[in-house]
Amino acid sequence: MRRFLLEGLMRKPLTEGAPEPWTEARDELVAAFARAQRDRLGRSLSIRVVDAGSCNGCELELQALGNPFYDLERFGLHFVASPRHADVLIVTGPVTRNMAEALRRTYDATPEPKWVVAVGDCAKDGGCFAGSYAIVGGVEAVVPVDLHIPGCPPDPTSLLKGLLALVERMGAEAGSR
Amino acid sequence: MTKLPELVWIRSRDFRAAAFPATAVDRPGWVALGQALAANRFTLMNLWGEVGAVCMALHDPEARRVAVARIALAKGKFPSVGVHHAPAQRLERAAADLFGLVPEGAGDTRPWLDHGRWEIAHPLGAGAAHPGQPPYPFLPAEGESLHQVPVGPVHAGIIEPGHFRFTAQGETVVRLEERLGYVHKGIDRLMQGASLSRGAELAGRTSGDSTVAYAWAFSQAAEAALSVAVPERAFRLRALMAELERLANHLGDIGAICNDAAFAMMLAQMSVLREKVLRAAERTFGHRFMRDRIVPGGVSADLDAEGEAVLRALVEEIRDRFPSLVELYDNTASLLDRTVATGRVSHDLVRRFGAGGYVGRASGRDFDARRDLRYAPYDELKLDVPVRDDGDVNARVWVRIREVEQSCSLITQLLNALPPGPLRTEVEPTGQVREGLGLVEGFRGDILVWLSLDTEGHIRRCHMRDPSWFQWPLLEAAIEGNIIADFPLCNKSFNCSYSGHDL
Ligand code: SF4
Repeated sequence: MRRFLLEGLMRKPLTEGAPEPWTEARDELVAAFARAQRDRLGRSLSIRVVDAGSCNGCELELQALGNPFYDLERFGLHFVASPRHADVLIVTGPVTRNMAEALRRTYDATPEPKWVVAVGDCAKDGGCFAGSYAIVGGVEAVVPVDLHIPGCPPDPTSLLKGLLALVERMGAEAGSR
Repeated sequence: MTKLPELVWIRSRDFRAAAFPATAVDRPGWVALGQALAANRFTLMNLWGEVGAVCMALHDPEARRVAVARIALAKGKFPSVGVHHAPAQRLERAAADLFGLVPEGAGDTRPWLDHGRWEIAHPLGAGAAHPGQPPYPFLPAEGESLHQVPVGPVHAGIIEPGHFRFTAQGETVVRLEERLGYVHKGIDRLMQGASLSRGAELAGRTSGDSTVAYAWAFSQAAEAALSVAVPERAFRLRALMAELERLANHLGDIGAICNDAAFAMMLAQMSVLREKVLRAAERTFGHRFMRDRIVPGGVSADLDAEGEAVLRALVEEIRDRFPSLVELYDNTASLLDRTVATGRVSHDLVRRFGAGGYVGRASGRDFDARRDLRYAPYDELKLDVPVRDDGDVNARVWVRIREVEQSCSLITQLLNALPPGPLRTEVEPTGQVREGLGLVEGFRGDILVWLSLDTEGHIRRCHMRDPSWFQWPLLEAAIEGNIIADFPLCNKSFNCSYSGHDL
């Protein structure tokens, strides 16, 4: 255990990790994120994730946002356990008929002001499950959506970009209020 | 006991190579099979409905062969198998919901996938307007000072939805009852009439964490039905992808299990390794989960010299970093205190349910489809299947640790002998109605796909059975007598798929 802690202190942080083709683009993204979060919003954001019928692929990439490479928390964005503590609802999946009510109730339990981000191709319009008797449609069919992040599933970088866009928009809205 | 019907048994390499002949059985024969299952003569691999029929897939472990029995139904009623053999119960309830078939004599006739929210009832059967449904009656638990704790469908973490009804005495769980079906997407019906490529797309989106294994199992079924010879190189690339998928899931889950025992550092370390696997997958096969890379007839992505180097470097890095993390797990008393003796599943239950994957292997069920109902290219590879006896959370962690090592070894073996050649064979309809069976060992256990194709090669019926069908019920048993606070830990050590189960 001590060894890992020591190693953690000595080793370069992973967030500056291996030279990969898109590292530079990501660093820019990270800087932009930090700026927007600080200047425009000046506070942290709590996110609640609701799976309304996904294949679980989108969840895996949302979970990846917490790993040391992406480390979402450093931007003051964190996942919370209750919709009552959330500012943002992230909703994945086509909305199944069996989940529609649970999604609506989760939305209702989230205090104002609130924002909804629909994640993944399914969340747009049902994706490859559209037209099924068991599907209501995309997230918009049940609750109002502020932003959609496409992909099947969107990778963590796309998720970060999407959330950055949301933070910027929130900042702009706050400025115009 | 009535005489067992003569079934057409097929050995594993044969059912992958040719269309699968289902055996028609009559009512007494069907009943006899149900009794034989209860007497542990065979293992139930699946039970599914069709228009005017019900089918069962059976596994004879000693002889390493598989059979499919089909009973034709004139009036939509069949003798319940679940009444003799509990593992069939939820499958029968699902068939009842989807087709309106009636399992006669069944003890539990509550709906399973149908929550009363669809506009049509029995969507794969007559498909009449849905009359709605009374509230779902949970099973009672009686005794002094019992209380109930309902959890879900929306859970606290970034996980899938399902409902858990705990009955507890103080902190101790007396009964857990699961209610699933929340993410039912109607995949069986979407499959009907679909082309093979559309079918493969849906199969790859049935359980996102097993997209490779599902696409492979589906493709196997299609290739068997149409007798397609898949190129050697494609087999090997498929196995590479499958082992990468297994690595990513095992690494992520080992970390997540430790995290549920409040040991967050392991999650951080393991999620780094997991991320490296996903990035390697993206660089080699062009997608972090390698989705849509396995297609009927072969694969849609090749591996070049650079990709090979990426994979070799990945294996080296895991071999370098993983052992010290395992050592850390094994030397942290506070962690073992949570995982040892928690969430035990008995050998008997695992055998009866034919539970696959690490859930089965951690409780003494020595079965891995890659070895015991083997398919190319695993027939040419060296694979040691880890088995434990203790059946607790710790045992499931250890099985997965050993499987990480095995996957590394398999990747190296595959890279060392990667034959050149084409990636894909054209898949043509045969002008006949054909049926095929696919069986692939995903990270969670064996995935079984039954596929029936019409004369033009379109899908008449496709039923995919996730390993979770035979694992979810065991979670109910595993948590009994444990404290509610250990449920997340037990649940994560199973990590059943909601989406794969709900379809
Ligand atoms: S968008 Fe793709 S990954 Fe996300 S839920 Fe839909 S099928 Fe799964």
